[in-house]
Parts: sequence; C-alpha cells; structure tokens
Amino acid sequence: MKFPANLVPALVAALIGAAFAVPVQAQTIDKVKKSGELTMGVRESSAPLSFTLGAGQFTGYHVDVCQAVIDNMKKMTGGNIKVNYMPVTSQNRIPLTQNGTVDMECGSTTNNAARQKDVSFGMTTFVTEVRTAVKANSGITSVSQLNGKNLATTTGTTSVQTLRKYERAGKIDFKEIFGKDHSDSFLLLETGRADAFVMDDNILAGLIATAKSPADYRIVGEVLSVEPIAVMIRKDDPTMKKLVDDTIRDMMRSGALEKLYNKWFLSPIPPKNTSVNLPMGATLRALFSAPNDNPMETYVAK
Amino acid sequence: MTWEWEVFLRDTGGDQTYLEWLMSAWGWTLAVAACAWVVAFGLGAVVGTLRTTPNVWLVRFGNAWVELFRNIPLLVQIFLWYHVIPAMIPVMKSLPSFVLVVLALGFFTSARVAEQVRAGIQSLSKGQRYAGLAMGLTLPQTYFHVLLPMAFRIVVPPLTSEAMNIIKNSSVAFAVSVAELTMFAMQAQEETSRGVEVYLAVTGLYIVTAMTINRIMAYVEKRVRVPGYVGGGN
Repeated sequence: MKFPANLVPALVAALIGAAFAVPVQAQTIDKVKKSGELTMGVRESSAPLSFTLGAGQFTGYHVDVCQAVIDNMKKMTGGNIKVNYMPVTSQNRIPLTQNGTVDMECGSTTNNAARQKDVSFGMTTFVTEVRTAVKANSGITSVSQLNGKNLATTTGTTSVQTLRKYERAGKIDFKEIFGKDHSDSFLLLETGRADAFVMDDNILAGLIATAKSPADYRIVGEVLSVEPIAVMIRKDDPTMKKLVDDTIRDMMRSGALEKLYNKWFLSPIPPKNTSVNLPMGATLRALFSAPNDNPMETYVAK
Repeated sequence: MTWEWEVFLRDTGGDQTYLEWLMSAWGWTLAVAACAWVVAFGLGAVVGTLRTTPNVWLVRFGNAWVELFRNIPLLVQIFLWYHVIPAMIPVMKSLPSFVLVVLALGFFTSARVAEQVRAGIQSLSKGQRYAGLAMGLTLPQTYFHVLLPMAFRIVVPPLTSEAMNIIKNSSVAFAVSVAELTMFAMQAQEETSRGVEVYLAVTGLYIVTAMTINRIMAYVEKRVRVPGYVGGGN
C-alpha cells in the first residue's frame, strides 16, 4: 500500500504542533487553589542553594525561601498545599517552568536578560561570584597564574562563556576541560586532570565542604563575573510574582532571610555537617536593603 | 512560538559564531564515530571469528570479551577509561580524552560487531567449512577464502545498524569533555536560551549523518552482493 502523499505534510505539522505547543497556563495561584498541589523545581547538587539528601528529600537555602512563599500562599488559597518536588537540570528547568510542569523553580538559576524573555524571576535572593577553586598546595593565588594550565568547568553553565571572554581578551591562555556536572568537574580537580575549577563561588564552597578533605582546596583569585540568582516562576503571572516578591521583601526586612542565609552558608549543613563558610558579600547586603530583580547584565556594567 | 534562527550567527564570545562552533562540533562527532568504528570493526571482526574456531580457549576469550564489553553500560565504560584506568596506569593520564573515548566506544561496539560476525559465520552451512578443509586448505585459508567472504556479506545489514548506532552513541563523549554535537547543544542552549533551535539543528545533523551512513552501507551491500545468494536478485 502506498502511503497517501498528501497526508505527510499534515502529519508532520501535527507532530511539530504537538511537540511545541506550550499550553496556555492559568495563573499559578488559581491552579494551586484548584488542585491543592504545587510542583517545586529543585536541583540535585547545587548545595547549599538546593540539593538532595537522598530518598526524594530536597533542602537548601532556596528551598526554604520557597517554603516561606508556599506558607503565604496557603493563607491566600485557604487550604493545605501538597508540595511535589521535581529535580530539574540546567537544560530543562526553563522549558519545564514554561510549560507548567514546574510551578516554582527553587534552584540556582541566574537571572539574565535572555531568560527574562521566557520566564520571570523573584527578587534576587543570592549573588554569586564566579571564582576559581584550586588545590591548596598548588601555589596558585591569582587567575593570571593559570596561563597554560588545565581549567575545569561544567557543561551548560555561564562560566564557560565567562572564561571564553576572558581568554579572548588576551589575558591568559589555557585549556578547558568540561565536566558533565559539578561533582564531575570537581572530580577532575581532585584527580589532577584539571589544575583549577572555575564556577560560582557558592557551588565551589559547597563542593569543597563535602569533599573528602576540605582543607586540600582553596577558592582563590579575582571575581570573573557577578550573577544574581533568584527563584524562577512563569512569565506574565502578576499575582504569583507579587506573592513571591512580597514574601522575599518581608523576609529581608524582618531579618528572616539573613537568618536563613546564616543557616545555610555559615553553619554546618547536612549531609556531612560541614559549613560552606561563605559570609554575605557587599553586593547581596546592598540588595537586602534595596531589593530588586534586575538581570545579570546590570551587574556586569560595574 | 517564534523562531530565532539568526541565533547561529551570533558571536560566542570566542572569535567564532555559533554556526562555526556547530560545524566544528559536527567534525568532532564524525571524528569520534569514524575512529571508534575502525577500532570496533577491526576488533569485532577478529573476536567474532575467534568465537567460531575449534580452539576452545580462543572461543572462551572471545566470549569473555563480548560479555565484558556488552554487559557494562557505555557511560560507565567511558568513566572507567577516563577516571579509573588512568588512576591505575599513570601513563594513560597523558592520553587526550578523545583517544580514551575512541577506545571506550570502539571496544563497546566491537563486542556488538563480534556478535554479528559470529552469527554470520554460524549461519553458513557446516558443509562449507568441511568442503574447504577437504580441499586441503588449512583452517586460516578456509576462513579467508571460503567462510569470511560469505559471512561478511551476510552481516552487512546488521553492521549498518551498528555503524549508525556508533554515530548516536558518540554523544556520550560530551561526558569527558570532547566538544562534539551533544556538548555543543547543552552549552549553546544555555548561552543563547534558544534551546529549540539549537536542539533542532543538532538533531538534523545527527539524522543527516546517520542517513548518509545508511546510504553508503546500502551501496556497499549492493556492490558486494553475490547473485543468487542472500537477498541477491531473487
């Protein structure tokens, strides 16, 4: 039997249409009110912002921030809200937020202008600085000493781009090695395949804190770029945006957020009960007194 | 949704456009797949043949080879080659990850090729082997002049699948920092936020590559066909 040729374009169109149709989402709060459930996007290994303790348990600074948002949401919907945790990756977090699979992403997502075309961000709750982790006995203290060295970084992160720009500016020349995730990149540093690991300072600090011997590693060198990290929600959802922003503003004003910061960045945290030991930087402190949701590009200008 | 194909003309920040990077990534995919295929076909043909010989130790060696490389997931094998083996044999630390991926993918696929080749040889009637030996040919001569020429013709179709698979399996190379298509896709979609365009382009290139292999192998199959035998002319 010959397949009717005139059906082919129609079928292809239908398939493509089905694949890319982004269903029109009801406002998140209405959706939660109706279903009594909310799906929180979380990360597997972005300690201390958002990470797993195993057995489907997720915790972290941003998970706590989101929990506060959910507590406020309960007051609005008047009922209990069942929270479903959904681990996301750098690759799928934006599509999953857009298509409604994830209602609120509480991970370690950089707020930048390109992403703001697709999704919306809450007030910046954390500022990360891209820096370099090295072995303590390597003697490296500055980025300029990385000339001719092997640098590890993680595929699918903005740090790669930062490095590339830095290299093109003619400041240094190095070989890049890409780990498939953060723990893999750290393994490259640990086994000596890489001399340094360039990444967000909180991630580096988190990895070092959970390493076999944390004293063997050190975060050194200049800040390569500054990135605001925030909770991610769907675009064009003003009631949800207001709820998230108001909750964060209140927490900043009341000091609750600083308490959370100290809990996750300065005190021992699970699973190993070691401290990340990353005191709050000046940029984030300024944001706590004057919160905003500006994209990364406004920080680079400085 | 709106398309933004001009994303490929944007600068990556490293003196090239995303299109140029895509092409270089395609080159890496082809290089990994081609080199791994040479390893896989060479080893697979030898191991597969050994498994049909009368020598029990050669057969055991061949069986062990196939079971070892076929029963460990490919990604795990890549990590063994990259992280574990160099820790035990320090000399291997200096090998570029490209070589390690070619070895890992080549050995993995060689087990599958060996299985096809063995099946091809065993599909021939026993009489062919006996006829060769009865004519006074030695065992190697029987293999080279009687058994293998037919067996390899028979296994061209399954080998086509393996050759197409190796293109797709080469995507695991991203895990050890080979800048091939999958790594390009993951990195470029993050940098440009145009994931759909990036993944469609990469998908397209994978399809084009696999289809080209398919056509080449179909041509080979047609050229080497023995008239009147296995699918030839009836």
